[in-house]
Amino acid sequence: MIRPGESVLEVSDLIVEFDGFRALDRLSFVLYADVLTVVIGPNGAGKTTFLDVITGRTRAGSGSVRFLGRDTTDLPDYRIARLGMVRKFQAPSVFPDLSVRDNLRVAAAPAKGLWAALGGRLASRTREAIEQALDITGLGPLASSPALVLSHGQRQWLEIGMALAMQPRLLLLDEPVAGMTPDEVERTAELLQEIARQRSVLVVEHDMGFVRRIAQRVCVFHQGRQLVEGSFERVSGDQRVREVYLGVETP
Amino acid sequence: MATVVSPAPAVYTKRRTSLLLVALMLIGAAAAPLYLHQTPLNLLGQFLALCILAVGLDLIWGYAGILSLGQGVFFGIGGYLMAMYLEMQGLRPGQLPDFMTWSGVTSLPLGWYPFESFPLTLILVFTVPALLAYLFAVLIFRSRIRGVYFAIITQALAVAVSTLFVNQQQFTGGSSGLTGFKTILGYPFYARATQAAFYEVTVAVLAAVFALTWYLTRSHFGVLLRAVRDGENRLRFLGYNPTVYKSFVFGLAGLCAGLAGALYVPQNGIIAPGMLGMVPSIEMVIWVAVGGRGTIIGALVGTLVVSYAKYYLSSTYPDFWLFLIGTLFVVVVLFFPRGLMGLAELAGRAVRRPTS
Repeated sequence: MIRPGESVLEVSDLIVEFDGFRALDRLSFVLYADVLTVVIGPNGAGKTTFLDVITGRTRAGSGSVRFLGRDTTDLPDYRIARLGMVRKFQAPSVFPDLSVRDNLRVAAAPAKGLWAALGGRLASRTREAIEQALDITGLGPLASSPALVLSHGQRQWLEIGMALAMQPRLLLLDEPVAGMTPDEVERTAELLQEIARQRSVLVVEHDMGFVRRIAQRVCVFHQGRQLVEGSFERVSGDQRVREVYLGVETP
Repeated sequence: MATVVSPAPAVYTKRRTSLLLVALMLIGAAAAPLYLHQTPLNLLGQFLALCILAVGLDLIWGYAGILSLGQGVFFGIGGYLMAMYLEMQGLRPGQLPDFMTWSGVTSLPLGWYPFESFPLTLILVFTVPALLAYLFAVLIFRSRIRGVYFAIITQALAVAVSTLFVNQQQFTGGSSGLTGFKTILGYPFYARATQAAFYEVTVAVLAAVFALTWYLTRSHFGVLLRAVRDGENRLRFLGYNPTVYKSFVFGLAGLCAGLAGALYVPQNGIIAPGMLGMVPSIEMVIWVAVGGRGTIIGALVGTLVVSYAKYYLSSTYPDFWLFLIGTLFVVVVLFFPRGLMGLAELAGRAVRRPTS
């Protein structure tokens, strides 16, 4: 078990280059277990590349990634996923014709093989995971509706629910509130705070109102490095961050 | 957080009612020898055999979204294997079926030997089509070929196999097929009791296949089949290998088709290449489309309705049938995408809520 305050993810000196462009430039970063952390930064700061590297989608040129105390730098993506790092992508891609509950069920089932699927009933742990995900996302009343009737926001929550149903140790969310109405953004904020009580959550986001609302810690990436980190107030008051975002020259 | 949304009408209700309805239909069908004459009984038996194929086709097309325009092939293989057994019944030791003698064949071809045994025939009529369907599916799906491209390949398979059966006259009886069955297990083939036995076995196999399918579509496997149809790549990302599921279910549909062929032939009295080619394979898809995809019961209803219509119309207006079934297909796809089952549901809703 991870104790509060312990680090879940430690990244040091990551370098990733694409055709001479340095997407990550000796990036170092630590994520603590019970601190809802948001990574922000202007376009091209390396946020998505960072997620790609820690999930094993992209290989780092040099540097290391440790997840739950294990060196995962060179592990393939599905092995990292099995260790409990689950990533929710930007675009929701639920199964439209399946009911909300069945969507969760597909994600929650621990065995992915044919024989497991053919044989009988779901394990009670799986069933619990499904009910929990329904409960926490508030999609319970829609459990038997096909996912295609869901609104954009509800689809995002289902997607988050599916990630949760996989019982992750670390949940990575890439721009979870993109395209949402202010009301939906508010609900998503509540949802993520609720989730962060039980597991580690790392969010990449642009929407500053949302970041202010949820972040216990903010890390600002710029040109492939971590520029500043700290509370939202501290970070938003930082002169360098203002320059990066607003392009204001220091006198 | 609580989202206040009124629950949408449950999509998957009324299951118990439909299960009861099918059970009653099957019991009624099993009792048919008590109230039907030979000819209609025989006809119904053929239709029920075709229903077995349709159930398998609905499993792959209605649930997993795999359109096969070549189910006739697996039907034909099951049918031919059964016919090979029947062809050799009542022959003296060393005597060959007539068509072989006419083609100048002097000793029994190797592939025919297993069909001297009844138990072996019973096993082979469904394992061979199932295995061939499975291997075919693995081969195609592994190369990530799907959708309309897959349908075209199955269509080509139907043409190729029916041509092969025509050409290999000395082994298959050529374009006139295999017929002229006289006895089975020492019983006269066309006796009422023998034909009634074929009929009852057909009903029993249909009931078993229906029960199996009913279970499968409601298991976790059934959810995954629909997930394959909805988003194969997404499924892959969640840690599943869709090829495994698609190949398995395609093999299962091949098994159903083989069983259907093996039960159809004794009641129809003949199997010929014309029954496993392109046109019959497309007709099979139309049965399911007319009945309503993805409901299993729709496949049964569609097969019975369209087959009876074909029997009735093609004897009265033989030239007219192909135009009619073509039109029917277009109309169903355009205006009733959920087939007769969809219409029945609409009607049911209208009856229950006459005011709205």
